[in-house]
Amino acid sequence: MKAFLILEDGHVFTGTSIGSAREVISEIVFNTSMTGYLEVMTDPSYAGQAVCMTYPLIGNYGICYEDQESRKPWVDGFIVRELSRVPSNFRSVDTIQHFLEKHDIPGIAGIDTRALTKILREKGTMNGMITVNENYDLDAIIPRLKAYTTGKVVEKVTCREKDVLKGNGPKVALMDFGAKRNIARSLNKRGCQVTVYPALTPAEEILKDRPDGIMLSNGPGDPKECTSIIEEIRKLYESDVPIFAICLGHQLMALAAGGDTHKMKYGHRGGNHPVKDLATGRVYISSQNHGYVVDAEELEKKHIARPAFINVNDGTNEGMIYEGKNIFTVQFHPEACPGPQDSGYLFDRFMEMMGGNNNAEK
Amino acid sequence: MPRNKDIQKVLVIGSGPIVIGQAAEFDYAGTQACRSLKEEGIEVVLLNSNPATIMTDKDIADRVYIEPLTVEVVEQLILKEKPDSVLPTLGGQAGLNLAMELEEKGFLKEHHVRLIGTTAETIRKAEDRQEFKDTMEKIGEPVAASKVVTTVEEGLAFTNTIGYPVVLRPAYTLGGSGGGIANNEYELREILENGLRLSRVGEVLVERCIAGWKEIEYEVMRDGAGNCITVCNMENIDPVGVHTGDSIVVAPSQTLGDKEYQMLRTSALNIITELGITGGCNVQYALHPDTFEYCVIEVNPRVSRSSALASKATGYPIAKVAAKIALGYTLDEIPNAITGKTYASFEPMLDYCVVKIPRLPFDKFITAKRTLTTQMKATGEVMSICSSFEGALMKAIRSLEQHVDSLMSYDFTGLDEDELIEELAVVDDRRIWKIAEAIRRDISKEYIHRITKIDRWFIDKIAVLVEMEQALKTQPLTGELLLEAKRLEFPDYVIGGLCGRTEAEIRALREGYKIRAAYKMVDTCAAEFAAATPYYYSVYGGPETENEAVATKDKKKVLVLGSGPIRIGQGIEFDFCSVHCTWAFAKEGYETIIINNNPETVSTDFDIADKLYFEPLTPEDVENIVNIEKPDGAVVQFGGQTAIKLTEALMKMGVKIMGTSAENVDAAEDRELFDGILEQCQIPRPKGHTVFTAEEAKKAAAELGYPVLVRPSYVLGGQGMRIAVSDEDVDEYIGIINQIAQEHPILVDKYLMGKEIEVDAVCDGEDILIPGIMEHIERAGIHSGDSISVYPARTISEGAKATIAEYTRRLAKALHVIGMINIQFIVCGEEVYVIEVNPRSSRTVPYISKVTGIPIVPLATKVILGYKLKELGYQPGLQPEAKHIAIKMPVFSFEKIRGADISLGPEMKSTGECLGIAETFNEALYKAFLGAGIRLPKHRNMIITVKDEDQQEAVPIARRFEALGYRIYATRGTARVLKENGIKAIRTNKLEQPAPNLMDLILGHKIDVVIDTPPQGVEHQKDGFVIRRNAIETGVNVLTSLDTAEALVTSLENTDLNHLTLIDIATIADR
Repeated sequence: MKAFLILEDGHVFTGTSIGSAREVISEIVFNTSMTGYLEVMTDPSYAGQAVCMTYPLIGNYGICYEDQESRKPWVDGFIVRELSRVPSNFRSVDTIQHFLEKHDIPGIAGIDTRALTKILREKGTMNGMITVNENYDLDAIIPRLKAYTTGKVVEKVTCREKDVLKGNGPKVALMDFGAKRNIARSLNKRGCQVTVYPALTPAEEILKDRPDGIMLSNGPGDPKECTSIIEEIRKLYESDVPIFAICLGHQLMALAAGGDTHKMKYGHRGGNHPVKDLATGRVYISSQNHGYVVDAEELEKKHIARPAFINVNDGTNEGMIYEGKNIFTVQFHPEACPGPQDSGYLFDRFMEMMGGNNNAEK
Repeated sequence: MPRNKDIQKVLVIGSGPIVIGQAAEFDYAGTQACRSLKEEGIEVVLLNSNPATIMTDKDIADRVYIEPLTVEVVEQLILKEKPDSVLPTLGGQAGLNLAMELEEKGFLKEHHVRLIGTTAETIRKAEDRQEFKDTMEKIGEPVAASKVVTTVEEGLAFTNTIGYPVVLRPAYTLGGSGGGIANNEYELREILENGLRLSRVGEVLVERCIAGWKEIEYEVMRDGAGNCITVCNMENIDPVGVHTGDSIVVAPSQTLGDKEYQMLRTSALNIITELGITGGCNVQYALHPDTFEYCVIEVNPRVSRSSALASKATGYPIAKVAAKIALGYTLDEIPNAITGKTYASFEPMLDYCVVKIPRLPFDKFITAKRTLTTQMKATGEVMSICSSFEGALMKAIRSLEQHVDSLMSYDFTGLDEDELIEELAVVDDRRIWKIAEAIRRDISKEYIHRITKIDRWFIDKIAVLVEMEQALKTQPLTGELLLEAKRLEFPDYVIGGLCGRTEAEIRALREGYKIRAAYKMVDTCAAEFAAATPYYYSVYGGPETENEAVATKDKKKVLVLGSGPIRIGQGIEFDFCSVHCTWAFAKEGYETIIINNNPETVSTDFDIADKLYFEPLTPEDVENIVNIEKPDGAVVQFGGQTAIKLTEALMKMGVKIMGTSAENVDAAEDRELFDGILEQCQIPRPKGHTVFTAEEAKKAAAELGYPVLVRPSYVLGGQGMRIAVSDEDVDEYIGIINQIAQEHPILVDKYLMGKEIEVDAVCDGEDILIPGIMEHIERAGIHSGDSISVYPARTISEGAKATIAEYTRRLAKALHVIGMINIQFIVCGEEVYVIEVNPRSSRTVPYISKVTGIPIVPLATKVILGYKLKELGYQPGLQPEAKHIAIKMPVFSFEKIRGADISLGPEMKSTGECLGIAETFNEALYKAFLGAGIRLPKHRNMIITVKDEDQQEAVPIARRFEALGYRIYATRGTARVLKENGIKAIRTNKLEQPAPNLMDLILGHKIDVVIDTPPQGVEHQKDGFVIRRNAIETGVNVLTSLDTAEALVTSLENTDLNHLTLIDIATIADR
């Protein structure tokens, strides 16, 4: 079956329908990772977005459920050049085609994904529609695409109730704004007892549980829309509990501390972004997925926080250290999955912030 | 960190002659590194014995020494040039080993020269088997159970504890020389004994066999501050067991999930961090196909063939970045030349698929075993880029230039199912074709996977291609089907063949459906950033597919056709010519476009031409580019036979051939036309005839009288050329020639004994310029590429030289040559005969350019553009002879090719060459032999066994060896003649006779050299063949021509072997 990807600037790509035949409008973004498509699809930060994979051969190693980064896929749509007809990997239990169908996620294959990427790069992230309707009416669709907004997605992706991963080490409160599983897993592996809280949990309730540290997770959407969450984070900021934040958590902390964020032209999504640790000068290759960025200057001027990491490619902020606080935040993903594991040491740093670890396995 | 200012003058060591396992990739890496160093204001001293390389050009380095790569030479050079640093990690294993020897001797320390790039300690940790194993164990990286052994008994004992099969890897050898898999005690003894001897340190690693696991490689970079990145990973389609150089390789990996990918990536970074590598490094893994278990196979702490491939596959210039790191820069300070925006501290992301296929030399060594093992056999490789794996595979296949264009090119239809299944288990270069045939026969993919251990994903991709063959045969050719066939990169004529139409009809149909190739950019970043460097590959994706290659119109534009994969007969000489031609056109204000498919070369570096198209060199692929670029002309005379073969097609496309016209190229190749020209010029040639059948050939031979030369026209490196002494020979050769599709006639010529002379010349239409006359040491009958070549010619008269110059002038004019011409002559006394004319650049051009100081390729390029030689400041005619003697010595890779006959003849067999340059003939000759790895004397024992006709001629040679203190062993006939002439020859038993016989002597490792001249003709003297093979495989030098033997003894006489004079090529005047 034919499918069409219609962009708000009027571009139309013709391809083949994959997954669900449902029509969808979403923000169209691209990801340059060559592996890890399942991790991408199940990363809650992609809620409200349809993802175009720039690597042309997708589905080669099939689907292995244990690699999911959350309980289900969150992408609105999936855009690929070529879907492998035969998955081959010893752990594969499903095909990507069936996985998309099962979760009612529409997609399109067989389009010039590089051309699409270049459009998004030149014109910036934009909205689009995936449809199988051959009689689509551009004049009617484009205004709808322009009017579309993602809305409050954090509330959609966060967990419904508190959950605990047992451990003998420090107690970590993980605020789930759309957390990838490997964040909790990385902490748990280091011995932490991780309590996962729904995004809208009041600060008081978290502090009442007396955590040794608080972890603010990644998540989808525009950080500025999370007004009530920012209020609660401000309270956490005032507490003396060590805080480590990733991605959306990093942006929310900046906003809570009086800083600002803005939308990037087309964001950073992939597994090859170099970030420099300003304390050591070392460069690490990081996994990234964000469309918004923290304006570090503002916070620096106010002596609230100083940059800890920058992106080597474009100089944008990649992490902050809060002055006089035991708070450390990064824009990239030390939990990887997908992507390089180079910055996993940051979880160790968080362990130290919480007073170090005793006898936990590494 | 900014650059280390203490580094001012750097010695770069190259990799020497092209041999199997060490090819053009090191010229690419070395050239890139030298340019990168010079960019920083560093004075570069270059040492490489290979004159065909671009790195040995005076534009690339400040001081250039084309001298043998020995410890003594490097020491002398360091004393002479006083560099402050040595960069050893760019010259492959040869350069690395030399540097290590110097370091271990304490020479570098004593003379305050430091190793930059990577420290000696790091090199030892990576290269020394035991240290490597200990290091891996220390950081918890798994290696296969293994032990370093120094004796066969020790190896046997260890193998008994881990069980067969085991892999054997000698320490410090090239391309896995002497290694292999042993399945039983017999094989173990055989391989181990050989490996122990070939290893520089007498060590062999005996290792648990992990054959059948996935073989994965990572190319990693690390700087002095400890930042590390991976440039790319690659998956070998052939599982562990086949040397990666002989494997079909895909980048990035296709069957690894993120978990496996990152697991190995993290491991690779941990390893280079622990080893402390600063620069580029290659890590090879075996990954269990059904678990997360993996082993580190090996680490190369230097640039390598894989790093060249990774550079071309991603656009990330590993050698250039490695050179900057050696100077102290960190990755985040080095800009990414492709994007201009990002830095070297990032990881390339591909939005395409890359396939590399090795170019194996079995077309040259028809007696050789085609089996692929851990011992590399490929002479070169091709790479292709496409958005699908199938497309990339199809493009790579047709880039190979070995009469293959699809998965139907080898015919296995004659095998029954059992035979086919048996064949599937044979790991050779035709395996993907066998798999395709198995799929056609409905043998289950699962079964094929079980036999071959090739991942199911790749087998399914081959099935996709086979299904398309079927579809084209059986279904109506709709626009949709045609587009799909093109997406899978089926060439038009293959599609035509399958559906019963002509190539032209398919092309017309395609045009009707607007199915055209679009070009995409290799940009290192999957389009995330705008790229500044036009490096393209083609895809077919339907009408919506964006074409990124936009023709520019502001300048005149020239298309330079490259020479494809390195194979015997067409080596890097042609890349040298293509690159210099490109640079010369650029200097004249032209926009330059290169099309080539060889990832090892300088010409496919993205900053050589204004635009690079990484594409197959077939008429259809070239036409697609021509349609977009509409060049003002194309140059074919620098790209060897590959480019010449495209001449006619280019003309049909309406592209102007710049320089000598196509008709004149034809005239030189077409026997009748050429005979007419010779007659008109009054130039004699050996009598001969053009024939089509064996009967005609025998008739011709009878008329000419045996011996005769039989060869196909339009050949490369003497392919299919033989000397026939009887009708039986003629029958056999014609049979062999006709095995290869042969549209062109066969030539039968009278074979003349005489001096073989070679000339390269530039002609501007009126005048010619001959830089020099080269004389071959071996008499006619041995391919010019396999002969020792001496400049200036020494033994022919001035009169003959004048005749040669005059004939060259007449021929160049008669053929209306504009640009390069190469002529081979035979001189018998004062008589000069022409035997071959090539109206193009030749193998000897780089050599003669360097030793005469005349930049022939730029000159020829200017002439092509209309300049006259006189305007360019040159006196026409034969140039005055240089003061020094320069000798080009062929270098062979026989020890790598099991079963190849090493005896020399009209068919070329050498893989590379080296130079000996000195003020005296003997010293030049000595250096040339030394450069080729013949280091004598050692034990002063030799064997002489010559055919009857040669016995008298062997006497003076033997006498001279005897005078040098050699003890001579000889077989009965030879011994008798030697003794009769007063030489103390020791008679030795032949093979079938009781021990001690010849073989015992050879295997006793006490023999310096074997002189064995095999009889002419087909009759393979079984004994001789076995002797030669065994000698080569035991590392004994074997000479099969008395001329070579005489040269060798000459070189050993009155040469002060310890004091060589080093000559800076860069100082040879550019007149």
